[in-house]
Amino acid sequence: MMDLDTTDRALLRALQEDAGAKSATLGRRLGLSQPATWRRIKRLVEAGVIAGRRLDLDAGKLGFGVTVFLGVKLATKGRVSLEDFERAVSAIPEVQTVQHVLGLYDYRLRVTARDLADFERVLRRRIMTLPGVGNVEANVLLSEERRPGPL
Amino acid sequence: MLDDTDRRLLRQLQADPTLSVADLSEATRIAPATCYKRLDRLHETGVIRATRSVINWAALGYTVEVSLRITLDKTQARAFDDFLAAARDIAEVLEIQTFLGRTDARLSLIARDLGHYQQIYRDRILALPHIADIEALMNVATIKDSPSLPI
Repeated sequence: MMDLDTTDRALLRALQEDAGAKSATLGRRLGLSQPATWRRIKRLVEAGVIAGRRLDLDAGKLGFGVTVFLGVKLATKGRVSLEDFERAVSAIPEVQTVQHVLGLYDYRLRVTARDLADFERVLRRRIMTLPGVGNVEANVLLSEERRPGPL
Repeated sequence: MLDDTDRRLLRQLQADPTLSVADLSEATRIAPATCYKRLDRLHETGVIRATRSVINWAALGYTVEVSLRITLDKTQARAFDDFLAAARDIAEVLEIQTFLGRTDARLSLIARDLGHYQQIYRDRILALPHIADIEALMNVATIKDSPSLPI
């Protein structure tokens, strides 16, 4: 496990905003030389702290106006059916997130759709027909914000 | 507003946000000058909000991830605003969402271990204003997590 100092934390916060920021620009802001900044970023990547990049698109502007979070309870359990369910649900393009959870539900899904009619199509034709799917609870996303986390 | 060329670029970039313009041009067979021009416009119009670094919290010692589904006391006029403002002050909260459905809000929370989670839950979460009910889902495994849209 890697320990971070305040400069690392500031660097991670900046890279969460813009992964493509030049190390010279970041360095100037943090009072570091360009090579020192570059070395710190390289160390964070090598330690696995920076896991990759995520393209942040405005879904609404691309015609995806609806996001729904689904809580799914499986009707039948067992190792084989879990794997079948996970493989099938992950293959649905509209399903962005699949998490196996412990609690009231077995899986938590994040589904994107063009509108409510499109969501209904995905729910009926793709999700409700999945192997082993039981009770499903839907919550329509109204607002969302991502926080920088404990940095 | 978007045409096929934009979509082809976005599809490639979604699949791999680290691609350079040269790589993109090669993969999509779109001339580099056109790629530059299109990407500029996608940024300017806010379709592409940013490219963000993804932090692997496990590499920083955060092994517990919990989804807290919260029902608010809607008899209080400022329930949502007060709750959201206070939730933003908890560093371990990574995502805040509000919903139309059985659940009013959801917090995605990380902690170093179960002891740490217990401490945040008691000291910070239960102290949030206007909570009527909380359900916790412990994340066991993330099977799929992709911000990709089926463009």
